[in-house]
Amino acid sequence: MGSWKTPENRKYLKTDEWLLLEGDTATIGISDYAQDQLNDIVFVEQPSVGTVFAAGDVIGVVESVKAASDIVTPVAGTVIEVNQVLEGKPETINSDPYDKGWIVKLKVSDASGADGMMDAAAYSAYNDGR
Amino acid sequence: MNSEPLIYDISVAGREGANLPEADVPLAKLPADLMREALDLPEVSELQVVRHFTNLSRKNFAIDRQFYPLGSCTMKYNPKLNEDMARLAGFAHLHPLTDASGSQGALALMHGLQTWLADIAGFAAVSLQPAAGAQGEFAGILMIRAYHHERGDEKRTKILVPNSAHGTNPATVTMAGLSAVELPSDAKGNVDLEALRAACDDTIAGMMITVPSTLGLFDSNILEVIELVHACGGLLYMDGANMNSLMGIVKAGDLGFDVMHYNLHKTFSTPHGGGGPGCGAVGVNEKLVDYLPGPIVQITDPGQEPDLPPFYELVMPRKSIGQLKAFHGNFGMHIRAYAYIRSYGGGGLREISNHAVLNANYIRVRLQDAYHVPFNRYCAHEFVMEGHWEDAPDIHALDISKRLMDYEIHPPTNYFPLIVPEALLIEPTETEDKQTLDSFIEIMIKIAEEAKAQPELLKEAPHNTPVRRVDEIRAARQLMLCCRPEPDWHKAEEKTE
Amino acid sequence: MAYIPHTDAEREQMLNIIGAKSIDELFEAVPETHRFPALNLPPMMSEMDIVAEMQALSEANDHAGDFAIFRGAGAYHHFIPSVVNHILLRGEYFTAYTPYQPEVSQGTLQAIYEYQSMLAQLTGMDAANASHYDGATSLAEAVTVAKDVGRNKRKRIILSPYINPQYRAVVRTYHQWGDLEFVGDDQPYTTSELIDLIDENTAMIAVGYPNYLGHIENLSLFAEKAHEKGALLVVVANPIALAMFKSPGELGADLVVGEGQSLGIPLSFGGPYLGYFACREDYVRRIAGRIVGETVDQNGTRAYVMTLRPREQDIRREKASSNICTNQGLMALAATVYLSLMGKNGLRKAAELCYHKTQYAADRIDDLLHFSVDRLQPFFNEFVVKCPIPVSEINALLSERGILGGVDLSEDYPHLKDHMLICVTEMNRKSEIDSLVEVLKEVRHE
Repeated sequence: MGSWKTPENRKYLKTDEWLLLEGDTATIGISDYAQDQLNDIVFVEQPSVGTVFAAGDVIGVVESVKAASDIVTPVAGTVIEVNQVLEGKPETINSDPYDKGWIVKLKVSDASGADGMMDAAAYSAYNDGR
Repeated sequence: MNSEPLIYDISVAGREGANLPEADVPLAKLPADLMREALDLPEVSELQVVRHFTNLSRKNFAIDRQFYPLGSCTMKYNPKLNEDMARLAGFAHLHPLTDASGSQGALALMHGLQTWLADIAGFAAVSLQPAAGAQGEFAGILMIRAYHHERGDEKRTKILVPNSAHGTNPATVTMAGLSAVELPSDAKGNVDLEALRAACDDTIAGMMITVPSTLGLFDSNILEVIELVHACGGLLYMDGANMNSLMGIVKAGDLGFDVMHYNLHKTFSTPHGGGGPGCGAVGVNEKLVDYLPGPIVQITDPGQEPDLPPFYELVMPRKSIGQLKAFHGNFGMHIRAYAYIRSYGGGGLREISNHAVLNANYIRVRLQDAYHVPFNRYCAHEFVMEGHWEDAPDIHALDISKRLMDYEIHPPTNYFPLIVPEALLIEPTETEDKQTLDSFIEIMIKIAEEAKAQPELLKEAPHNTPVRRVDEIRAARQLMLCCRPEPDWHKAEEKTE
Repeated sequence: MAYIPHTDAEREQMLNIIGAKSIDELFEAVPETHRFPALNLPPMMSEMDIVAEMQALSEANDHAGDFAIFRGAGAYHHFIPSVVNHILLRGEYFTAYTPYQPEVSQGTLQAIYEYQSMLAQLTGMDAANASHYDGATSLAEAVTVAKDVGRNKRKRIILSPYINPQYRAVVRTYHQWGDLEFVGDDQPYTTSELIDLIDENTAMIAVGYPNYLGHIENLSLFAEKAHEKGALLVVVANPIALAMFKSPGELGADLVVGEGQSLGIPLSFGGPYLGYFACREDYVRRIAGRIVGETVDQNGTRAYVMTLRPREQDIRREKASSNICTNQGLMALAATVYLSLMGKNGLRKAAELCYHKTQYAADRIDDLLHFSVDRLQPFFNEFVVKCPIPVSEINALLSERGILGGVDLSEDYPHLKDHMLICVTEMNRKSEIDSLVEVLKEVRHE
């Protein structure tokens, strides 16, 4: 069984993205489980600030040496900030997937996509069953 | 082994490696405003070039040096004769836009090869255009799409692909603007018929399937699979990567396949060249003949024996999906495959498949106690086993592969097919003798013992190779893709060192 | 059979261990109804007989051993130093697989790394991949990159009419279902007309350098407008010309692609050739094909390895931008050896020889009463000649005198009826050029 961290204040997708909603700002990253599966992350492809996305769109890609994983946004919105740290130090996601390793911040236009997401307990149980 | 410097690192200004003539025409005025200033190419002598590339070559494993049981790649002996034939002046120095009347020898050769390949796999026609297996797949899926399109059947947008498929299959489907639908395999390694039945409907354009499968197994339900897909209106694409076990054994066209690619660089011995070139000729049945990528060679005047030979020309099939590359395909590969088929003749080709399958089964049976063979029945020309034991939990397939290098054997394919954990896919080919197989088997058994008794021998392998395990993470994080121009970060790093 | 080593006794031993009575039994899973079909192929031949047959086939061609070649149009008869073939015939290279296992593939890997370096240098780009199938498919792959850079929203692809017609055909084959708008090559646009086609919906414009007619285009003009509109400038360049002319990178190109056959690879009736692909740093992660990078091994020794692997089909599967796997690796090695031998000065010298001889041939032909050469733009090793009678008739006459004349442009360019594209390289001696001129002299108006 896994010992992956799953902070309570976030919601999760089955594809291992996490979402933190604060007002109309959504922060998106990938979970501890996902970074563990990918192993050493070598590159993160991020969108440009100002890009508009619908819920379910691919907003970027996280790459390790042997795998690549799309990052999907659960909510619709416009990119207001990308994590610049990841450009030089993509491994930040490995060491701190929830805080320093966040990927994108969106100004949310429609948060309804968040409704179907798992809470921390459900996501932990889901990971244990994989 | 000492590391070989980069060719740039041995460059000395003013040195020359080629002996070119002086101009025998009056010199024209050079267009000064269009000319470049710097061109940073190496300046080395001819001997330096010969030594450099000879020294580098010694760092490679190769079929000419050692056993190379790399599954799905068919690393058989590449006959030297074929290399000589491809270098005959009339082939090597023939311009591709020479008129048909001036290239009858080359066209006759291509026509012969088209005809033979069609017969070997039971198809109506063959195009030699595709430069590689992946391009053959692309041609095949474009043909399937064109076939449905012409009939106004536009809702067929899906191609079924088993989860054991080569990555090129789903990637090809995407390139052709269709979507790949993955199908599971059943416990025997066959296509899961229930899942197939559920997936078959009028949105299916076709199915891509490798025969024998990438697990090295003949799918005993193959006729049923073909029938199901045909019944829903889809066409059948056979990935011919594993054809080395099929020559004279069964013809894809007879089984009901509509289109298939041949890998001349696998089955027909054209060399892999460290990555290419290849040839992914495609064969089709009557349904798809008019859609073949072109040009292909046809006889436009049958002539009259014995004095007037037939006349060959390059023609574009009537509804061709188009041209896949400039000119007529990788002709140099056509020459080699032609000479190869000539060397064996019809009866001999079956011996290839017989012995490829014999060798694979021999290794399988002799290794089945030391390694777990998940689908342990008669295999085709290759088989998959697991490179992992419960009583050696830290050892993975990769470690076994690296340890094999210490014994001067090229590793099998690792981690493919994806559906077997810790897969080691072993393909000996027919050109290996029993002594070589026995020695490989003994080494594999020894490695299995080492894995339990001295796992560090595997974890730290290879020990005797030109370089040890390389840092792929550094390569990906600090991209250094060429020494000219040198990336800024690299210059900075060197200064601080 | 020399290639299958098994003796009868060994076959028996092996079958015994397998537990099968016969080899046929191993095929029991193959549907019985279709098992063991007859092959309708000729019988096996001895090595001696194969050589005789293939020599006869090879001599039934008008090749450069017997003919003076003045035909180019995408395939060029250049000098190849002997060393190239000797290195290519080393089994350590040509009988190796793709270098997936870096510890036992450093030879191939380092050679590719050197190739990438030389191609980046020639084109003025930051990086190059390990090859595509040929110049035409490199251009098709460039369209995929441009489409991706334009986030699939920019639909317009502008192809200069003077890109090799075969390349344009291949690009259309590749992208026939791609929802793209191909413009620019349906009529003989001028440079300024082509530039006017670049708009906000344009993903890229592709231009030849030199173009199909041998002309050196003014790339800066294209670059300026393309970049103003956010489109990519893709240059299809002849690598020998790059030894002499300003690099496309210097003039603003974003991607440089083309045919590397000129770099030490024989004509071989059209293949195998070498599609090269070079790009600016910004696009490195978007390009298809294999790429080798420098790194170190666990002892800190310099080493090379294939990198940026997750873009490739075996990992990305249906999400990969291209399905390419097998490439033209050995041809890239040929180019690397060739460029090493020629070096900085040799390649420039070869290019200048091409230039001088081309100018000489153009001057001599232009002097003929019934022929004229289009000299409005500078040209490299090809030029357009207006002829007094159909090109096919002239070529028939040349063929009788052992000369392979230029390509007839009328098929691909209706406005160039009776125009011939003549190619001259360093391989054409002055005496050959003079013979060509002598034969043309015999041609009169009808």
